[in-house]
Amino acid sequence: MSTTFAVEPQELQPGVALATPVPEARPVIQLDHIHKTYTMGDVEVHALRGVSLTINEGEFVAIMGASGSGKSTTMNILGCLDRPTRGTYILDGEDVSEMSKDERADIRCQKIGFVFQGFNLLSRTSALENVELPMLYLGVDAATRHERAIEALAAVGLAGREQNHPNQLSGGQQQRVAVARSLVNHPALILADEPTGNLDSRTSVEVMEIFQRLNRERGITLVLVTHEKDIAEYADRVIVFKDGKIKSDHRVEHPRNAAEELKNLPVIDDDDEEE
Amino acid sequence: MNLLMIIRVAFRALVRNKMRAALTMLGIIIGVSAVIAMVSIGQGASASVQAQIESIGTNLLFVSAGAQNVGGVRSGTQDTGNQNLTVDDLDAIKREVPSVSMVTPSVNARSQLVAGNMNWNTNVTGVSEQYPDIRKWPVANGSFFTDADVRTAARVIVIGQTLADNLYPGTDPIGQDLRVMNLPFRVVGVLAAKGQDQQGRDQDDVAFAPFTTVQKKLLGRDRVQIAYVSAITQDATYTAQSQITELLRQRHKLSANEPSDFTVRNMTDVAEAANETSKTMTILLACIAGVSLLVGGIGIMNIMLVSVTERTREIGIRMAIGARSSAVRSQFLIESIVLSLTGGAIGIVLGVVLSLAIPRFLGWPTLVSTMAIVGSVLFSAAVGIFFGYYPARKAASLDPIEALRYE
Repeated sequence: MSTTFAVEPQELQPGVALATPVPEARPVIQLDHIHKTYTMGDVEVHALRGVSLTINEGEFVAIMGASGSGKSTTMNILGCLDRPTRGTYILDGEDVSEMSKDERADIRCQKIGFVFQGFNLLSRTSALENVELPMLYLGVDAATRHERAIEALAAVGLAGREQNHPNQLSGGQQQRVAVARSLVNHPALILADEPTGNLDSRTSVEVMEIFQRLNRERGITLVLVTHEKDIAEYADRVIVFKDGKIKSDHRVEHPRNAAEELKNLPVIDDDDEEE
Repeated sequence: MNLLMIIRVAFRALVRNKMRAALTMLGIIIGVSAVIAMVSIGQGASASVQAQIESIGTNLLFVSAGAQNVGGVRSGTQDTGNQNLTVDDLDAIKREVPSVSMVTPSVNARSQLVAGNMNWNTNVTGVSEQYPDIRKWPVANGSFFTDADVRTAARVIVIGQTLADNLYPGTDPIGQDLRVMNLPFRVVGVLAAKGQDQQGRDQDDVAFAPFTTVQKKLLGRDRVQIAYVSAITQDATYTAQSQITELLRQRHKLSANEPSDFTVRNMTDVAEAANETSKTMTILLACIAGVSLLVGGIGIMNIMLVSVTERTREIGIRMAIGARSSAVRSQFLIESIVLSLTGGAIGIVLGVVLSLAIPRFLGWPTLVSTMAIVGSVLFSAAVGIFFGYYPARKAASLDPIEALRYE
């Protein structure tokens, strides 16, 4: 079962129009027989036992699994935070499986955007500066940084909140700052690790709406790690891990539509409704 | 990512935690200002000693009768009580030693001085007419006595400012009578005021008369206790010293293995000894202050280490979004350098202010030294690099996955 999954050409989802049709599916992620072994004391832990996987440009994939299934390890390898013990990983056409720490840092900077469960924003730092940070490490000049950060914040519906510090923002708003931060370097891939884990259900839907919109309108490739089945249902494809292997990999016939659901949800608090 | 960016990142990180930054800098501020203030005190003392010696004249030599005491053993021929230095010896020095420009004997007679109904007790010193030039001590009012006065043992006297003030209050002493041991003298000049010397003695409580007069009229003997000799230049003092020694040994008919019955001392030696002393004091003070600078540096390391632990998550975020280890290391290193340099700058200002305040409040002379300022800047930068390197390396070596998970 650990073979490469060929992915069918993108289908138009009912009710959601693709802004730019993808003429031919180009792989963004190619994992080939990935193994990862940790040594804890004198016990070897096989976190991944031969994972092969292809994710194409413009896909919205959810990775599911219980804790210990290897989904976090896969996430770390996909995010170039860790290297596989064996196997090759080709990200956006580049083999990153043998790269050094510095090379991986550069790859993360250029090709990957991260969204974490705990938001992971710099405290005592404005939303704008948080979003500017990845561009700082890429060496983007100040004027462009500013412009792109403002644009990214507007894209996640936080126009006017640029100068707020994380402690002045709600959880949902903080997560949207994190999404904006993951966007600014125009990455090939956005990795979201339990992005709704710390959010209530309405805010979770809001964040999923942003993800769906970015995926559908901008064609951004998204990989979402979650253990909540209902969150995974917003994705087009669900991959389930178990015991360090892929247990199932299937397309979701009718993904949930966050935008539609939001319309039916009662507005509770909220000073941040989107246009 | 270029250096300017990293500096900006470091500055932002520091500004985010102003209190911690200020407390960290405190150690360096105290250290640097202490070094500057201490060195200023040392240099001030040194300069005032130097000025004192300069006012005596650095090309000055002393020739005194009797041998030096060496190791507490009295040697030589002065055991008999003979004073072997004569006016003829001094004339010979003046005549025959080419590196000598001026000579004056100095003979003291403790005397009671009476002017009208005022009286005063002081040393009347017999000198030659060259004394003001040798000691670089100008006459403020009137003139010094002349060559002719010395030859004729004239009863003329030049007094110091203290005597002028006490014996002739409110009047011009020039041309007035002054009785020294009941002999009438005429005041011809008043020397410029010198003030107190380093030991607090009044240098203006003096009177000078031709040495011939003092020897014949006041002392009744023609031996010389001490003579001041002026070399042509400061560099010539050593030559003069050896030439005088040679000449006097010859004149006193001393054989090669006999010790000298006179002593020639060199003002440059005295100056150097004094300089050496104040230099040692300056170094000692600077070392003590340097210890506080070191302690300040360790304080920086302490805070930076705590800061690395506290900001583990921040480091994880930075690394996850693409900061290289080197960028993280540079950030922490620059933070520590910025802390120590800013602390150093504030310390310099404080140190200079202290140095300027000390003479005013404690009365010690100070001299702000550029060397100390430059030295402290370099030292604080070095402290920043040295004590910042280890915490910075620790930050850079963190694993982003672990760091992100850190609570």
